[in-house]
Amino acid sequence: MARPARQHALSWGIIVLALEVEKQLGAFALAVRFQIAGGVTALFGPSGAGKTSLVNMIAGLLKPDRGCIVLDQTTLFDAAKTVNVPPHRRQIGYVFQEGRLFPHLSVRQNLDYGRRMSGRPRDPTEFERIAALLGIAHLLQRRPRMLSGGERQRVAIGRALLMRPRLLLLDEPLASLDAGHKGEILPYLVRLRDEAAIPMVYVSHIAAEVRQIATTVMRLDEGHVAAAGGLELLADAR
Amino acid sequence: MLELSPAEWTAVALSLQIALVATAWALPFGIAIGWLLARGKFWGKTVLDGLVHLPLVLPPVVTGYLLLIWFGRKGPVGAFLYDHFGVVFAFRWTGAALASGVMGFPLLVRPIRLALEAIDRRLEDAAATLGANPALVFFTVTLPLALPGIVAGLLLCFARALGEFGATITFVSNIPGETQTISAAIYTFLQIPDGDAAAGRLVVVAIVLSLVALIAAEWLGRRASTRFHGE
Repeated sequence: MARPARQHALSWGIIVLALEVEKQLGAFALAVRFQIAGGVTALFGPSGAGKTSLVNMIAGLLKPDRGCIVLDQTTLFDAAKTVNVPPHRRQIGYVFQEGRLFPHLSVRQNLDYGRRMSGRPRDPTEFERIAALLGIAHLLQRRPRMLSGGERQRVAIGRALLMRPRLLLLDEPLASLDAGHKGEILPYLVRLRDEAAIPMVYVSHIAAEVRQIATTVMRLDEGHVAAAGGLELLADAR
Repeated sequence: MLELSPAEWTAVALSLQIALVATAWALPFGIAIGWLLARGKFWGKTVLDGLVHLPLVLPPVVTGYLLLIWFGRKGPVGAFLYDHFGVVFAFRWTGAALASGVMGFPLLVRPIRLALEAIDRRLEDAAATLGANPALVFFTVTLPLALPGIVAGLLLCFARALGEFGATITFVSNIPGETQTISAAIYTFLQIPDGDAAAGRLVVVAIVLSLVALIAAEWLGRRASTRFHGE
C-alpha cells in the first residue's frame, strides 16, 4: 500500500543528500522528498516509478520544476533561489544502465577521463588500486566495443570512481547484463560499499539485488516515496 | 608518359592550392553551421539551411556573379575586407578559393550535420557528469565522434573545389598563373587550335586527382569508423 511521503529520520550517519523535488513529465507527476546518509541507499520500485528521473535530477541532467537538492551542505539546486549547479560541477559519479563508455577512447582513456577534465595530476596508485578492485587492469588497452557487458559495466564503475565523486549514482547497473554477468558485478559493488567511503544511490527494481547491496531502502511508487527504511521493506517483495 | 608543360604544371599546382585553401577555410564554418543545423533551435533555421544549400542548386554562373557583386573591390563585403584587412578577392587566386569554398560548402556541411545528428547525446551527458564543461564535451566527445562525417565532408568539399569552373571563371576570370585552374585551363586549350593534346593531359590529371580523393575518402572513412566500432 502506498503511504503518503513522509520525511524519514534515518538510522545512522550524517545526512549526505537532502532532496525535495517536484517534476511534471507529461502525464506523470514526480514529487519526492527524502534524506539519505552514508552507505548504499536503494531506490527501489517498479519501472515507471520515476527512479531514473530522480537520479537524473540529482546528477543535474534533468531540471526539477520546484524544490531543492542539497549535497554535503552545498545547494546543488534551489528553484526559489534559482540555483542550478551544472552537472560538470556537481562531482557526482554516475554509472548508467548502458555504461555509456566513450567508443572512441580506450579503456584506460575512459577511466582517466574525469581526472583529465578536472585537470588533476595523475595518481597511478589510485588508478591501479581501482583497476585492481574492479578486475579490469588487463583490459586497459582495449576499446569498449571489445569488452563483454560485465567488463563494460566494471569499467563504467571505475570511470565514475576515479573522478572522486562525493556521491555515486548507479542506475540499474546490472539491467543490461544476463544472469551470469550480473553475478560477476555484484561482489565488486559489495566490496566497493565496504572498502570505499563513498555514499551510493543504487537504483533497481529487483529485490534480490537490493538485498545484497543496500543498507537503506527507499521504495518509490508512481512518483512518490511509498516507504523508507531498512531491508525489512523488501520482506514481501520479489 | 604524361609530360606536362610548365604552364600546365602551374594550373595543376594552382588548382591544388586553391582547393586546399578553400577547404581549410571552409572547415571551421562548416562545423559551426553543421552544429547549428543539427542542434540549434532558432527562428530562421530553414532559411539558413536553404542558404547553405543554394550553391548546390543555383547555376554556378549566378553564384559567381553574386560573389562578384558582394566580394568585388567595390562590393559591400569586398570593400570592407580590403579596407580593414587588405584582402582582395577580385581577379586573384584568393577569389578563386572563395568561389570554390562557397561551391563546396553544402557538400561539407551535410555530412557534418548528419554525423552530429547521429551522435548519442547520452554520451555527452556522461561526459558532463565526469566533470567536462560544455566546451570540453564538444572537443573531447562530440567532435571526435563526428570525425567520420567531418572527413567525408572535407573530401567532398575538396573534390568539388578542385573541379569548380563556373563560379570561379565568372568571379575571377581565367588568368594563367593567378586564377587559371585545371578546369579553366582545359577550357582555354579547347578554344585554341592544336590545344587538344594539352587539354587531354590535363583531363588525365583531373581524373587521377579525383580518383585519389575518392579513394582517400573511402579509406579515411573506413579507418575512422573502425576506430569506434572495432572490427
